[in-house]
Amino acid sequence: MADELVRLDDASIHLGGQAIVDRVNLTIRRGDVITIIGPNGAGKTTLIKAILGIHRLTAGTITREPGLTTGYVPQHTHFQPTLPLTVKRFMALTGASEADCRRALEQTSVGHLYHSTVHHLSGGETQRLLIARALVREPDLLVLDEPAQGVDVNGQAALYELIRELRDRLHCGVIMISHDLHLVMSATDRVICLNQHICCSGYPEQVSHDPAFVELFGQHVARSVAVYHHHHNHDHDLHGDVVPPTDSHAV
Amino acid sequence: MLFDAILNDFFWRALLGGLGVVLVAGPLGCFMVWRRMAYFGATLSHSALLGVALGTLFQIQLNLSIAVVSILISIVLMGLTRIQSLATDTLLGILAHSALAIGLITLAFMPDVRVDLTAYLFGDLLAMTREDLLWIYGGAAIVLALLAWLWRGLLMSTVHEELARVEGLPVERLRLALMLMFSLVIAVAMKIVGVLLITALLIIPAATARRLAKTPEQMVGLAVVAGMLSVGGGLSMSWNLDSPAGPSIVVAAFLLFLLTYGLAIPRRQN
Repeated sequence: MADELVRLDDASIHLGGQAIVDRVNLTIRRGDVITIIGPNGAGKTTLIKAILGIHRLTAGTITREPGLTTGYVPQHTHFQPTLPLTVKRFMALTGASEADCRRALEQTSVGHLYHSTVHHLSGGETQRLLIARALVREPDLLVLDEPAQGVDVNGQAALYELIRELRDRLHCGVIMISHDLHLVMSATDRVICLNQHICCSGYPEQVSHDPAFVELFGQHVARSVAVYHHHHNHDHDLHGDVVPPTDSHAV
Repeated sequence: MLFDAILNDFFWRALLGGLGVVLVAGPLGCFMVWRRMAYFGATLSHSALLGVALGTLFQIQLNLSIAVVSILISIVLMGLTRIQSLATDTLLGILAHSALAIGLITLAFMPDVRVDLTAYLFGDLLAMTREDLLWIYGGAAIVLALLAWLWRGLLMSTVHEELARVEGLPVERLRLALMLMFSLVIAVAMKIVGVLLITALLIIPAATARRLAKTPEQMVGLAVVAGMLSVGGGLSMSWNLDSPAGPSIVVAAFLLFLLTYGLAIPRRQN
């Protein structure tokens, strides 16, 4: 297919004889927003690192669109306090022009932090900075590892909103990992439920009723996700044109 | 010639040599601080004595044999860090002291060679020759050129290794280049402060600079300045008090460090 960015066929990664990722088949297309969910140790991060080319597959194949540019927003980004670094300098390390860097920061609503030190940013600001840094490379595929980590609840909704918005604007593919089932279900086109292998996948509604999902997360969670999803459908119209994502840190 | 007169004076030669080393110790010390490689640096410098021993044994130019041994040790280390059952600091500790001990024994077994051990352990700056100066400035030129060439990649892979990898930077090769530069600077810095104090010359000025810098480049510049002040201060201390030159430089660097942090703390509370 023309719009296929990355395709995994029976992709496996074994470590010390154990399968961390087990025969995963997955296609990411331009315009997709795919979320990987799953319990701790399910191999989610390993899988996306394989997609990024950081980890190598031990079996199976991965096919990337020729010339594919990926933007990566890693998990637990910790800036060494010993290394003085401003947002400006961090962005410039991509090699992009100052104008492009500033524009990317504006897009993720952290333009006002241009001269700040990266160590003083809040969780939400750090995530937005990292997304801006991924954006400046004009990625075909945006890969995010728990982008909402360390972000407060309001900020999380805004962040997922931003990710969808960017997908529309850049017409890129998005694949991310998330722990927050409720928000994922409302912000995603396709959910992949991973526990080494793909337990189930599909549209959020499908997945939340899937027996495999129920087994993995329990009745209680599955029902609450389904209920939440229903609610979300109701206020989606309102949500569409209400206030733009507010920055959690803005005073 | 004035320049010739300067080079004929042992004090000026010492000063020039010290300044030359500091020129590269500044930026490399910053990388050591940023990447938490202080213990790695100590291991390399301890193994420098093994380089001296082997160089003397096989009659190779000492700077060269030290650099070669350091490079070999860093390659061994890169391989050993893959062993998961031992923490890196344990491995470094094993290698550092084993290399030092083997070096000491090898030197002790060479009856024909009378080696001044203190000179190697604590530096012999005042015995700097013109040839030493040539090595120092030659080495510095190579290291500075490499640093300038690889700067963005080195910095990016220091800030975030995985991001650097995703962005297509050759992370492994950059790390190797950095280790190569560490080895070179250790080979030439040994003359100044000796095996046991090299890491201090790399790390203390960088730590001093951290307090005042806003960007990585500023930190490098300030580390060079702090290093130069330490060399100047240490040498004049040695001149006036007749104290050993290498340790005096380290003490000067330490005093500068204390001064910066002493000045910076009250400012922070405002």
